[in-house]
Amino acid sequence: MKLDVELAGVRLKNPVMTASGTFGSGMEYAGMIDLNRLGAVVTKGVSSVPWAGNPVPRVAETASGMLNAIGLQNPGIDVFCGRDIPFLRQYDTKIIVNVCGHTEDEYLEVVERLADEPVDMLEINISCPNVKEGGIAFGTDPMAVERITAAIKKKARQPVIMKLSPNVTDITQIAKAAEAGGADVLSLINTLTGMKIDIERRRFVLANRTGGLSGPAIHPVAVRMVYQVTHAVKIPVIGMGGIVTAEDAIEFLLAGAAAVSVGTATFRHPDAAIRVADGIEEYMERHGIESVSQIRLEEE
Amino acid sequence: MDRYMEKAAVRSQTRIADGIFSLWLETPKIASLAAAGQFVNVYCNEQSRLLPRPISICETDADGGLIRLVYRVAGKGTAEFSKLGTGDTIDVLGPLGNGFIAASGIPEEGARLMLIGGGIGIPPMLGLAASLFSMRAESSTGSGIKSPRPDIVLGYRDEVFLDDDMAVFGDVYIATEDGSKGTKGTVLDAIKENAIRPDIIYACGPSPMLRAIKEYAVKHGIKAWLSLEERMACGVGACLGCVVRTERTDEHSNVRNRRVCADGPVFEATEVII
Repeated sequence: MKLDVELAGVRLKNPVMTASGTFGSGMEYAGMIDLNRLGAVVTKGVSSVPWAGNPVPRVAETASGMLNAIGLQNPGIDVFCGRDIPFLRQYDTKIIVNVCGHTEDEYLEVVERLADEPVDMLEINISCPNVKEGGIAFGTDPMAVERITAAIKKKARQPVIMKLSPNVTDITQIAKAAEAGGADVLSLINTLTGMKIDIERRRFVLANRTGGLSGPAIHPVAVRMVYQVTHAVKIPVIGMGGIVTAEDAIEFLLAGAAAVSVGTATFRHPDAAIRVADGIEEYMERHGIESVSQIRLEEE
Repeated sequence: MDRYMEKAAVRSQTRIADGIFSLWLETPKIASLAAAGQFVNVYCNEQSRLLPRPISICETDADGGLIRLVYRVAGKGTAEFSKLGTGDTIDVLGPLGNGFIAASGIPEEGARLMLIGGGIGIPPMLGLAASLFSMRAESSTGSGIKSPRPDIVLGYRDEVFLDDDMAVFGDVYIATEDGSKGTKGTVLDAIKENAIRPDIIYACGPSPMLRAIKEYAVKHGIKAWLSLEERMACGVGACLGCVVRTERTDEHSNVRNRRVCADGPVFEATEVII
């Protein structure tokens, strides 16, 4: 039985990775869990220059989920390359760097800067709902998605994952546009835009007013979108959205995903991603499944 | 940094004031490491409540493997905690954050210390008062601190709590908003009324109180160490949910933000913009 998977020529020891923004670059969790057990670490988004992010409060709990409006605070690519990449290289796990920007040039600057760095893949964040320019502005227009994907592919030395937003009318159009632009892999879903109001204070809970909803609340929406996208494109898809247990992850694999990411659940169980990997292995044993790609839906 | 996730058994829980609960938990690993001013993540047993509740450690009994949390019921999560009885279990991660003495260093010899707590910011000050008491007791052996008995100023809206516990470790001054006990007004009113003159302040409490203490400390040239509160998600420094604006660029973030959970919660007053 084999738990390893291949994504665009990159072999991961198991199909479970961390979701961007929920795990930093792994430093804060390294003392609590064994990073070597992860298929890959997907880093928090990094931009060409440092970003200060949004004012606080930046997070709020909701029923079976949470809202965040961090605003992609990050130290910038120079600090990231000098500190975070060498840190992650100490571990036997793949490194996927999440890239963000306000403009096409800013994305390209980061992609070019990473060309000679020892990272395995790039995940391009065209779907953050919490920054005004860039992010989701690129991710909701199929023409813009195809254009920026093609521009990034021209410069990138590593395989490119385009991370898609669920805040669109038809996610398959965006997925097809990314595929047409040359994307190697797609990842979805990013958070769903939400809002929470404090009724006693009669104010928005988040300083940004809106935030991205994540956690188990969005899981069925994410499974549906992953199913739609895997049946609309030929490139592999990384499924994510509300995974807490292996069962949640296996639904994504059955919906057609090649791999999965665990995000918000890490805030509840720091070892959530490892538990999910162990649970997938146990499921495969129980069902006599030899490889992850054979976890397939019985089509009626 | 060593921290542990423990399935903690409840040793005991009592209600000590209106909406305020005192919870002793069996967490041997956390208890062996915890310092005053650090906190723990307490996770709800109800799985639809995903995020941990960060709660400051009030007291530690390292030999007994216990920590004491004193918290206010502020929502559904803390309401769930308040219903826990002896023998029930709950997941706890800690110790988290820096703590007062780790932030300030050992107070210099002879320094007059003032501990200020406001409302639900009072519990961590009991832990600090107890630590300073032990450190003063050890001063003859050279490993402790040499300072006079500290002044402890406690501010409440109305009903007081933990004031008797505090009196063991220092001279307690009380302020209540309704004037039912001690000085009528704020902790600063109590400081003025009792003409207390500290060299170093340690404080935890609501933001308006901390802002007023910062202003007072700056005006009088007193070094003040403030324990801040902010909405958190991970509690360990990964998500960047709970930042505070800082005067200078921070080395970790490379912007003027520090993480309350991981770089704090205790900061030097002039370092943070509150």
